Amino acid sequence: MMVLAMSGLGEGSGQSGAAARSAALLARVAASKDRIAFAELFDHFAPRVKSFMMRKGASAEQAEDLVQETMIAVWSKAALYVQERGSVSTWIFTIARNLRIDRLRRERSNQYTDIDDYDAISDEPGQDEALHRLQEDSAVAKALAQIPPEQRELLILSYVEDLPQSEIAVRLQIPLGTVKSRMRLAYRRMKKMLESLT
Amino acid sequence: MKISHHLDDATVVAYAAGTLGEAHSVVVASHLAFCSECRGVVRTAEALGGFLLDDQDASGVSDACRAATLASLDGVARQTAQPQRIVVPDVPSPLQSLIGNVPLDALKWKNKAPGVAKIDIPMSPGSRTHLQLLRIAPGKTLPDHGHGGEELTLVLKGSYCDHTGRYAQGDLADLDEETEHQPRVDSDEDCICLIATEAPTKFKSFWARLAQPFVGI
Repeated sequence: MMVLAMSGLGEGSGQSGAAARSAALLARVAASKDRIAFAELFDHFAPRVKSFMMRKGASAEQAEDLVQETMIAVWSKAALYVQERGSVSTWIFTIARNLRIDRLRRERSNQYTDIDDYDAISDEPGQDEALHRLQEDSAVAKALAQIPPEQRELLILSYVEDLPQSEIAVRLQIPLGTVKSRMRLAYRRMKKMLESLT
Repeated sequence: MKISHHLDDATVVAYAAGTLGEAHSVVVASHLAFCSECRGVVRTAEALGGFLLDDQDASGVSDACRAATLASLDGVARQTAQPQRIVVPDVPSPLQSLIGNVPLDALKWKNKAPGVAKIDIPMSPGSRTHLQLLRIAPGKTLPDHGHGGEELTLVLKGSYCDHTGRYAQGDLADLDEETEHQPRVDSDEDCICLIATEAPTKFKSFWARLAQPFVGI
């Protein structure tokens, strides 16, 4: 099934509230190793990370291993989370993505690079101011709902089904160039809508 | 640093989604080390991932997983700052973790042709991507070649020109499959590039076809 199960749609304020709640919980974990706050984060994110991994082909057991690793990383890295760079959901998405990729390439010592590393050492002004908007997951939901279905489908195949663009081309029987141009259009429309929502 | 050539948005989406091949991910991450503009673009694409994560079915994890996670927290070291890296000039950190804290000039370069040297950087077993460093002398032109699949080229040192423009440190050539180019090094020093490819590069000209087994790039 390629359509989005967009439970968040039409619940803009609810999503925003959940995002603010997650940020507050994570701040408590960072400040005082608050286990009650961590447990609440676990109960919200662990099942979602598990479903996400299983959509990408992990078994239930592998998915739970990744859930555990991801949530332990949330505990250990809580103090490194910077709210201005994005929502807690986005931060946890990147942690889970990187751990999954590192596991797939487990033979290697190099880790998937966390782009936050660069901002820490960069002497250039960051893009942080422009990114406040990204905390609003509801804005992403709205933007995603408004792009054409064929573009949305490509985003789901990439982010959720984990298909490389060359395999999307095979699956949909369209040229790779078409996959890429639709992907660019989808990204640009998303970006434009996110900017106009601020 | 002024970066003139950036990531294609389609590449950004693949990187953020985690579907980009291993060698290509290293080149993208290395470009991001130079380019704060593309870091912002990647963050926007990652926000979409965050939303899609939040949108997943929350049917639950086992009690055993929850209990094991909570029980292991005591033994976990808490990070308070990003790990400090040793800064090696011209070597972005994602590359550094592959080649070590060594200046580019101190690596073991293999001469492939007059003015052309390279180093293959091994990828994970099973990876269908190739990563290599290429060092080209001033004034040298690389044979005209089309692309056998997705190719990303990042300049680490020196500069080159082709019909798509001039590429200096931090610039990324994210060319689509059909583009042919003939880069010529226009810096006074050697030009060193980090290149990710899917399949061995195909040279088009007769001369180049003859040269390919010898040059081996």
